[in-house]
Amino acid sequence: MTRQAPGTRAPADVLAAVPVEERLILPCLQRIQNSFGYVTDDSVDAVAEFLNVSRAEVIGVLTYYHDLRRTPPPPVVVAVCVAEACQAQGSRSLIHDIEVDFRITLGDQSASAPIEFAKTYCLGNCALGPAVMVNGRLVGRCDIGRVRAAVAAAQEGIR
Amino acid sequence: MSVRVYVPGDSAACSVGADEVAAMIAESAAAGGTTVEVIRNGSRGMLWLEPFVEVQTAAGRVGYGPVAPGDVASLIDAGLFEGRDHILGHGLVEEIGWLNRQHRVSFARVGLADPLDLDEYRKMGGLAGLRRALDIPVEEVVGDILASGLRGRGGAGFPAGIKWRTVLEAPCREGSDGVKYVCCNADEGDSGTFADRMLMEGDPFTLLEGMAIAGVTVGASLGLIYVRSEYPAAIRTLRTAVDIARVDGWLGADVLGSHRPFDVRVVEGAGSYVCGEETAMLESLEGKRGMVRPKPPIPALQGLFGKPTLVHNVLTLSAVPAILADGAVAYQSLGVDRSRGTQVFQLAGNIARGGIVELAFGVSLRELVEDFGGGTRSGRPVRAVQVGGPLGAYLPDSALDVSMDYEALVAADSMLGHGGVVVFDDTVDMAAQARFAMEFCAVESCGKCTPCRIGSTRGVEVIDKITAGIDPERNLELLEELCETMTDGSLCAMGGLTPLPVRSAVAHFGEDFHRSANGGQRQ
Repeated sequence: MTRQAPGTRAPADVLAAVPVEERLILPCLQRIQNSFGYVTDDSVDAVAEFLNVSRAEVIGVLTYYHDLRRTPPPPVVVAVCVAEACQAQGSRSLIHDIEVDFRITLGDQSASAPIEFAKTYCLGNCALGPAVMVNGRLVGRCDIGRVRAAVAAAQEGIR
Repeated sequence: MSVRVYVPGDSAACSVGADEVAAMIAESAAAGGTTVEVIRNGSRGMLWLEPFVEVQTAAGRVGYGPVAPGDVASLIDAGLFEGRDHILGHGLVEEIGWLNRQHRVSFARVGLADPLDLDEYRKMGGLAGLRRALDIPVEEVVGDILASGLRGRGGAGFPAGIKWRTVLEAPCREGSDGVKYVCCNADEGDSGTFADRMLMEGDPFTLLEGMAIAGVTVGASLGLIYVRSEYPAAIRTLRTAVDIARVDGWLGADVLGSHRPFDVRVVEGAGSYVCGEETAMLESLEGKRGMVRPKPPIPALQGLFGKPTLVHNVLTLSAVPAILADGAVAYQSLGVDRSRGTQVFQLAGNIARGGIVELAFGVSLRELVEDFGGGTRSGRPVRAVQVGGPLGAYLPDSALDVSMDYEALVAADSMLGHGGVVVFDDTVDMAAQARFAMEFCAVESCGKCTPCRIGSTRGVEVIDKITAGIDPERNLELLEELCETMTDGSLCAMGGLTPLPVRSAVAHFGEDFHRSANGGQRQ
């Protein structure tokens, strides 16, 4: 069963709107994810049929890219940069603070948590680290207070 | 007469509150009855001063920073709109030494105006390069690129002109329809690098102009920019810029009335470091898994969808308009030995004054870290500097006098990469950094070749044994053998260069690998 909000389209409808030059596996999956928040199981079949490729090929692409997900995203996703430039600016202790403060574990993707705490490798804000992205919003010079504020703003935005 | 105030719209500036500052300035001005035009420019690259607010005065632009939203009221009280003094003031921006000691070519326009204001772009010399490229024979354009000495800024340093000539002369294979492509690699995944992002956000027309020159020269009618998904603002800005350029007639079916077509499409990545490798990027652009292709065939002959493809990094293409407009000699006269022109260095990590420093090749790493960077932000001694991204070497303080050019860095067992410089203070644990290099390779390996796919995981395990004090001497030998296998046997730079940070950490900071024998303390 796929989770589909009322009024959203079926995968086949999303795919029918894909322009000719984007009728390739990755862009089709990206459009599905943009529409549904994740790649639903029936979308895999729909993409395979739409492009006349095997399910295996679609799943191969789906499992290759970090951005593509097969489970619904929680309301808030906190992605912390774990790469070198942010390590040099204290990302390791920030990660510890976030884990303690929000009682979450880095990399845990269990669907029940209201906040997902994900790793990312570089957000291009390497002179103003540690860098964190909260629901697509980039936050620089991060400490636990700034993460709390960004999470609160994201939760406010959802309500 | 309204007052012009500049507040950068760059992602880095916005990550520390530029949007809020811009809104507050507009509100406060309106409440105080001053007519203010707030322009969201690109960033000047002085990132430690962001949000960096500038005010246009009769004498020039006066800068203030870092401006927190809470500072706006006091700035306005002190006479911000007249450019008066304030504790956050830095005087006339053009007199700031950190900026005017640089030699900006690719970044010449970044930070000066609204990045999507095409009239401003023209006033600052934009499109002169494209016009000239359309006026002279294509062989002459290729000759200019060759003569300029421009080399690939993505890291490999391959002479750009040779690539252009190869694609220009590429025979269209049987059954092909004469299609060629220009692909811009904007998958800037190296930690410590952000120049591509800042250029795409701060001056997208320069990149598009560089691509258009490349396209009309080699005979490609379509260009694709592959931008990583971590850069949503760059993607938005580029797509808007493409629309503006089409309406203006310098992208599309008839570039500036030349009857030559060239259009650009912006493609979003999906989170994969190895897609910054050119052949993996081509696979990804074809919608497939981003797996590395063996070379040959080279992409210049058989690239995207098997067609001849000119693949360049953002900074390589962004140097092209200036080379065409100002001449190859002007560009070639900068730099040292075989590294000609300028390099956009990015100062990052634990550094007091981080940001963009564009200079001719040949500056020393020490000048960058100490003179421009001002040492560490924490105030502690510099212990290690990683040059060239996650696949670059860690250099100790004693090696900082190396000249920043392609060959000198290779001679120092390092590499220029994409020009990123990441500074660490003396609290860094270099065994942990070496482990991270292997761990990162294990996460991001495309899996096509064994040394990279398996070697990286074995590398993490061996380093864990060393730091746990399990037979450290034998395991260090094993690590060295593993590094040799990865270096010699990997298909691309991912597995081939991961040993560089690892080996350099062992060579220069060996004491960090012997801690368990000393009760957790360094020797």
